[in-house]
Amino acid sequence: MSDFDFAVIANNLPFLMEGLQLSLWLTFLAMMGGIVLGTLLALMRLSGILPLSLFAATYVNLIRSVPLILVIFWFYFLVPLALGRPIGNFYSALIAFTLFEAAYFSEIIRAGIQSVRKGQAQAGQASGLNYWQIQRYIVLPQAFRNMIPILVTQGIILFQDTSLVFVVSLRDFMTVSSIVARTEGRLVEMYIFAAIVYFVICFAGSLFVRRLQKAKTA
Amino acid sequence: MIEIENLSKWYGDFQVLTDCSTKVAKGEVVVVCGPSGSGKSTLIKCVNGLEPAQKGSILVDGTEVTARGADLTKLRARIGMVFQHFELYPHMTVRENLCLAQQKVLDRSRDEAVAKAETLLNRVGLTQHIDKHPGALSGGQQQRVAISRALAMDPIAMLFDEPTSALDPEMINEVLDVMVELASDGMTMMVVTHEMGFARKVADRVVFMDAGAIVEDRPTEQFFSAPESDRAKDFLSKILNH
Repeated sequence: MSDFDFAVIANNLPFLMEGLQLSLWLTFLAMMGGIVLGTLLALMRLSGILPLSLFAATYVNLIRSVPLILVIFWFYFLVPLALGRPIGNFYSALIAFTLFEAAYFSEIIRAGIQSVRKGQAQAGQASGLNYWQIQRYIVLPQAFRNMIPILVTQGIILFQDTSLVFVVSLRDFMTVSSIVARTEGRLVEMYIFAAIVYFVICFAGSLFVRRLQKAKTA
Repeated sequence: MIEIENLSKWYGDFQVLTDCSTKVAKGEVVVVCGPSGSGKSTLIKCVNGLEPAQKGSILVDGTEVTARGADLTKLRARIGMVFQHFELYPHMTVRENLCLAQQKVLDRSRDEAVAKAETLLNRVGLTQHIDKHPGALSGGQQQRVAISRALAMDPIAMLFDEPTSALDPEMINEVLDVMVELASDGMTMMVVTHEMGFARKVADRVVFMDAGAIVEDRPTEQFFSAPESDRAKDFLSKILNH
């Protein structure tokens, strides 16, 4: 233990924090985008309009059958081709995460929507509200309330998955930790530190989920 | 007001409604009764198009409900409906429950909608509960709120789908009282119910259904004193002799 030099962390703190910031920012943006897109996909899938539900089902099944890292590569190489100009690795990663997570969120949201009693939508219909108004004011608020714990759990997984952006040479927390580890020759210290940071953030998230679930059953 | 003609409906191969025809005139109260599974609820849900029918037609105030491309949302806004399980929106207060469709469908101003909500809640004696969520109310109170919510839209007719069958016995009367009052105000009502006392007291006609068909459709007095079909006799003897 005497060989351990944890000063390396303090010395590189601003650099490490930049990485952490990128990880959190990417998680947050991809989560927001994924929830919005996932809600749309879920509504399409449940719309009863064949082309829409077929599209949503195909999309979800396709995305869920490929590894995330592949999707990240795809968008890194494909988006510049499609647009004719590079958009930077952060945005290509963000698009990849958003589209990938949307598939998972849509399944969660679909289950959430189906957990709302059918009579609720009927009551809305009976009072003359249209489909979108019913979703917006009656079904989705109840669905999201039921779903929040699972959404947060998915967000924790997403946060861990952001470490994959090293493949497009984005400097997330994991990447900067290994850069510091290698340049300073302090592999053990840095990987222990990285593990602790991931653990603290994710465990705090799980505790938050547990509290939400308790509040719901109370 | 409501004209149902030769209505038939299938769930897959199973026929739930067979050639049902009846009418509800303006200001009339019609009770629909019959054993469970006889298609009463399905029939009443066809009236505002919550359930589609495959054959026959329904005219409500001149609008063909069963027509393709019928403007159902517009029609539904004018027909109130009360459900067996209340279906109040649990995430909203009583006030919001009463205001939502008023504001979103009828484009009433907030003040107008709230004023209407307050008047109606006052009528059913629930003004003090206006800020509560439905979950904090008893079943009877919830159903009275649900009736008020439907009335807030100034409906031309009201549909009741077993409004008291999910209630504890001691709460049934507080809901029936509201319905009796509504009937005496001249509201056009179609009521699916097992409450034969209510039917006797306020119904102009009774429609008796069995196995998806309308077996009897007669003035209340005649139905109770001299039911024609064996099935109606059987039903009445089971339900009344207690």
